[in-house]
Amino acid sequence: MTTTTGTTAVTGAVGAAHTRLEGRDKVTGAARYAGEIPFAELAHGWLVLSTIARGRVRSVESAPVLAMPGVLTVLHHGNAPRVDGSYAGMLGRPDPIVEVFQHDRVPYVGWPVALVVAETSEQAREAAEALVVQYDEEPHDIAFFADRPGTYTPENSPAAQAETEKGDIEAELAASAVVVDAAYTTPEEHHSSLEPHAATARWDSGRLDVVDSNQGSMWVADELAKLFSLDPASVRVRSEHVGGAFGSKGVRPHQILAVMATTVLHRPVRVVLTRRQMFSLVGYRSPTAQRVRLGADTDGRLRAFDHQAQSLTSTVHEFIERSADMGRVMYDADAHHTVNRVVPLDVPTPTWMRAPGEAPGSFALESALDELAEKIGMDPIALRARNEPDAGPVSGLPFSSRNVLACFQEGARRFGWADRDPRPGTRREGRWLLGTGTAAATYSSGVVPSTAAVTAETDGTFTVRITAADVGTGARTALALIAADALEVEPGRIRIQIADSDFGPAMIAGGSMGTRSWGWAIMAAARELREQLVLGGDIPPQGITARSDTGAAVSALAKKERHSFGAQFAEVAVDVTSGEVRVRRMLGIFAAGRIVNPLTARSQFIGGMTWGLSMALHEEAIRDQASGGHVGADFAGYHFAANADVPLIEADWVDDPDADDPVGIKGIGEIGIVGAAAAIANAVWHATGVRHRDLPIRPDRVLLAGTRPAGERDA
Amino acid sequence: MREFGYQRVFDVPGAVARLGADPDARYLGGGTNLVDLMKAGVERPALLIDVRELPLDGIETTDDGGLRIGATVTNSDLAAHPEVRRRYPALAQAVLAGASGQLRNMATVGGNLLQRTRCGYFADLAKPCNKRVPGSGCPAIEGEHHNHAILGASEHCVAIHPSDMGVALAAFDAVISYETADGPGELPLAEFYLPVGDTPHLETALPSGALITGVTLPPTPVAAVSRYRKVRERASYAFAIGSIAAALDVQDGVVREVRLALGAVASRPWRAQEAERVLTGGPASADAFAAAADAELAAAKTLPHNGYKVTLMRNLVVAMLTELTEEAAR
Repeated sequence: MTTTTGTTAVTGAVGAAHTRLEGRDKVTGAARYAGEIPFAELAHGWLVLSTIARGRVRSVESAPVLAMPGVLTVLHHGNAPRVDGSYAGMLGRPDPIVEVFQHDRVPYVGWPVALVVAETSEQAREAAEALVVQYDEEPHDIAFFADRPGTYTPENSPAAQAETEKGDIEAELAASAVVVDAAYTTPEEHHSSLEPHAATARWDSGRLDVVDSNQGSMWVADELAKLFSLDPASVRVRSEHVGGAFGSKGVRPHQILAVMATTVLHRPVRVVLTRRQMFSLVGYRSPTAQRVRLGADTDGRLRAFDHQAQSLTSTVHEFIERSADMGRVMYDADAHHTVNRVVPLDVPTPTWMRAPGEAPGSFALESALDELAEKIGMDPIALRARNEPDAGPVSGLPFSSRNVLACFQEGARRFGWADRDPRPGTRREGRWLLGTGTAAATYSSGVVPSTAAVTAETDGTFTVRITAADVGTGARTALALIAADALEVEPGRIRIQIADSDFGPAMIAGGSMGTRSWGWAIMAAARELREQLVLGGDIPPQGITARSDTGAAVSALAKKERHSFGAQFAEVAVDVTSGEVRVRRMLGIFAAGRIVNPLTARSQFIGGMTWGLSMALHEEAIRDQASGGHVGADFAGYHFAANADVPLIEADWVDDPDADDPVGIKGIGEIGIVGAAAAIANAVWHATGVRHRDLPIRPDRVLLAGTRPAGERDA
Repeated sequence: MREFGYQRVFDVPGAVARLGADPDARYLGGGTNLVDLMKAGVERPALLIDVRELPLDGIETTDDGGLRIGATVTNSDLAAHPEVRRRYPALAQAVLAGASGQLRNMATVGGNLLQRTRCGYFADLAKPCNKRVPGSGCPAIEGEHHNHAILGASEHCVAIHPSDMGVALAAFDAVISYETADGPGELPLAEFYLPVGDTPHLETALPSGALITGVTLPPTPVAAVSRYRKVRERASYAFAIGSIAAALDVQDGVVREVRLALGAVASRPWRAQEAERVLTGGPASADAFAAAADAELAAAKTLPHNGYKVTLMRNLVVAMLTELTEEAAR
């Protein structure tokens, strides 16, 4: 038959609300996740983690465990297959946790020391819990605090400058009429994806086949090939449905151990992490200690800007939480200094977690801006407008677009900001003191070369294949809408297949870059396909396929400051006699490029804002100095917001299409969380007159801090 | 997970006999705590004896006008019962302040009394804990203890009892009934939980193998004006960092009768007897409430990170008694 992309052009899918394509499968339970897909002859691996924080494994006493019912093998550093971790993957050098069971050193509590594989998951668990591991223990050090010994400034690289500096900070501070100099802390926080990490590996006709839950199947396949010295074409990784990832679902020990075990046992092996294991195996957000110094004239113009951030990393890998980066985009000053320092401790390596850098950085920076506004006696939004830069404060590059003030204007209008009495501690409703606060948000907008294939089928439908990942965001649906508009057909004629490394290289779901990178590749392939179809002729049984690679187009992009922006607003109620803080409403207005699917985009913004609320009031992983490990590493001990904590949250956006993107996308994955905690902390100050500079704003902290009468300056 | 047996029982003597025959057996109520502890390896019973089908799920008014609550009554049914809501409102409020709807549908009154502390060290086999492994030490004292005891603790254990329901029961002089192979017995709640001392692993005075059959509340007219308030680190689905059950009878500005019990401050629901003594017969004023709280909390021993609880409990006592005074005046 002859087909065209449509006798009458149909567009407008992008920008119209559309429910998730897989929504019915998910709510009915028909959607299968990695840990529940059946395989014949499946064996189950259970991890055993170190209980010491530093030292060596002296012995793994496997013999008694091997005699237990159903146990097939015990893998450990003495018998595991060899892997080579000396490679650079898509995101650089891997965390050496990928070199699992390659040596006897233990660098922290929760380091994998053995994998017990058995016929059933229950047998594997019972045996793993019975396994005795002997250690030679060494003293450990996990104490993180500001300016602690061992803290250093990492090397600058062109991609990521550790430190930026212009002008004379001390001189400008001295010349400033108003100065804020404040220290802030944020605690260790965890991704806590609802679905635990799970992978099944098997050898199938000479190919390694891995069914996984990840953020990028090509990313995982590439690293597994490198680790096991395999031909990349002989590795296939799939990840159909993912129950949350947030930066934690890359290559982690469970996939590597499943591959090791299936290689040894010649049958499929599944490894699923427990919630407690996730607290030490999948990365986390480092605690931070930050100092912000701002110097301004009485009209609010910034003369001095100094943001110094400190995070921790493990002793085996350097990961930097880039909390001081936000000021490089947001605010200029005559003297400008930002630095991200780090200290290695006997703890697991942190990793990217939703809005890495900006999430903790915005708490400190946007709190400090509020403190400056208070000291000057200026409205916090007016202060930000006063310091709106014309170009990148550090780079000097022009902004692709910068609509942060439009967000503040629209947000202020809808929130009722104009009626706000700026004095703190003056509104009471029963035992509750009421306050409102605001903060700015930003996150970088990027794109990474990707490939896609679009096939015109004989039945008039189109099949899109791309190694995208839908980590719960609705990416699958968004990409179908993009494809529909590109081909000018109804979305119902698009069939989309994602999350299979056989589809070729593509960006991961990360850095707010997934949908933009994939959408671009789909646009390019669709355009190519339409050119082929214009020639006319029959569609052969296998269809007509066009492929794209956006490498050249992406690298041709002009160098600019490319970012999403936003404005966060919050109203809180605080009972200083009990320490309880309740958020009453939140509003976020974003300028984040063209919104592909308003339904799922709103969910993503609201999800980020809810996480910001959780970060402000609840989330905090506790480490025990004596053992070096966590206390209460589960959802009973690690609190995040419950439904009852989450009030009316509204998210909306202003028109902000990116002129340099074929769809107009900027990316929305991270920005919802940025600034949300600061808006709440600023509202708590407005309610009580007390600045809370340490997260979370726990009842004990609120109770002990009490209130400060209006007019009395906070120390 | 260790393999275990499971048996459902249908009569109380049969249940007691079955448990008595197997020292490694446990009664299973709603399982909302025991099953979690089994997953964590803290509890490793060889046999679970499911008592949920026992004929102990009724709530009845006693001859003297009190209330008898069967041991297998679920938290949801207890909180919804009209007589509980009318005569002991603090009890219904306390139950509803705990857990989630799903958990309350499963959890039983007997199990609630016997639930274990949520101290993070107790539930973690990799760490010492005198309650789990006697003599192994208490890392909470030097470590994480911001939700640990300020009253009645010892150098061996500073864990708190997590129950909300128990706090209200303590305020109303509840009596626990149980059955053993040797026959039935009773324990007032005040004697039900053992002092911590150097034996934190011994938690209750129940005889070995005993099955809780019910809880009796004596007639308590003052309880009709009672309230429960819980402070926690999020709005729902979290254990208390401080809670209070209170009942107050004020006439002509004088405290005729008062009941006060505090939660999340000790290894058991803490009846504030000293505060009650100071208040009774005195003025119903904010100063008197504060003085009573101070009298009760004079015995508090704090650790570096739980001292806020003294302020919190003082504030809760004053706020709660003030509210009840205002309510009585209406």
